[in-house]
Amino acid sequence: MLSLRGKDLVCQQAVELVTAYLEGALSGKDRRRFERHLSACANCAEYLEQIRSTIRLSGAVQADELTPEAREELVRLYRRWRSG
Amino acid sequence: MTLLGSEALDADGELLGRLRSGDEDAFVALVDHYQPSMLRLAWSMVGSRAVAEEVVQDTWMGVVRGIERFEGRSSLKTWLFRILVNRARSSVSRELHNAPFESARTVDPARFDADGHWADPVDQWAEEVDARLDSSALTQVVADALQGLPPRQRQVVLLRDVEGLSSEEACQVLGLTQGNQRILLHRARARLRQEVETELWRSQRC
Repeated sequence: MLSLRGKDLVCQQAVELVTAYLEGALSGKDRRRFERHLSACANCAEYLEQIRSTIRLSGAVQADELTPEAREELVRLYRRWRSG
Repeated sequence: MTLLGSEALDADGELLGRLRSGDEDAFVALVDHYQPSMLRLAWSMVGSRAVAEEVVQDTWMGVVRGIERFEGRSSLKTWLFRILVNRARSSVSRELHNAPFESARTVDPARFDADGHWADPVDQWAEEVDARLDSSALTQVVADALQGLPPRQRQVVLLRDVEGLSSEEACQVLGLTQGNQRILLHRARARLRQEVETELWRSQRC
């Protein structure tokens, strides 16, 4: 139901779907439409890979690279999680 | 002795009175009772669990706000589901016509032409970055860029991508619906991607 009635995606729409795609949150129809666009569009395919690389970069961030504020924020969130 | 149906109506009447007087237990009972079937219906309409959860949450907000005006001409259940269906419909049309296509612009609109295609080819750098994952220069760029994100986006991306929590866990920690978590994550990742690209452009120009 979340589809544009069979209309092809344009790039500016496709880039806004990357996270929903990676999270597996697109309907089957929308996922196929997104993948169809990517297989025909090298630019959007590269954009998706750049997002994936960015995620990997975030995962490679070491604790001592975080600002003290971000580190404190994490500690606070974990504490809240444990107590909740 | 009660006639068929009037029992439910009486129950409705009593429940209504308690809801109007702000009885929290009554509201919790109402949510417990109807939440599963509301979620199922919303899901069937919007096609995604995350969006359905938002629709249901939105419906309860509508119920809280509208309970004063509810005149009891229909049953409470009918009224509830009518609100739900209306919210689900407008959510579908919002997803279709605005978000995520028009309102959520996480990539500079200047990079697209009038038809929404990339105006210039996208620079190929994903592979290069993957090869440099162990060098700290780019991870430091990401670490610094985290500080520039709005707090909610930072919290989501810290938990999901830096710490590697699942979306369910991140939602639990932050008290977010799946849909909202995803929107925040989407914006955060797009911002970080842009920061990495800017850094690569800068370092290649020097």
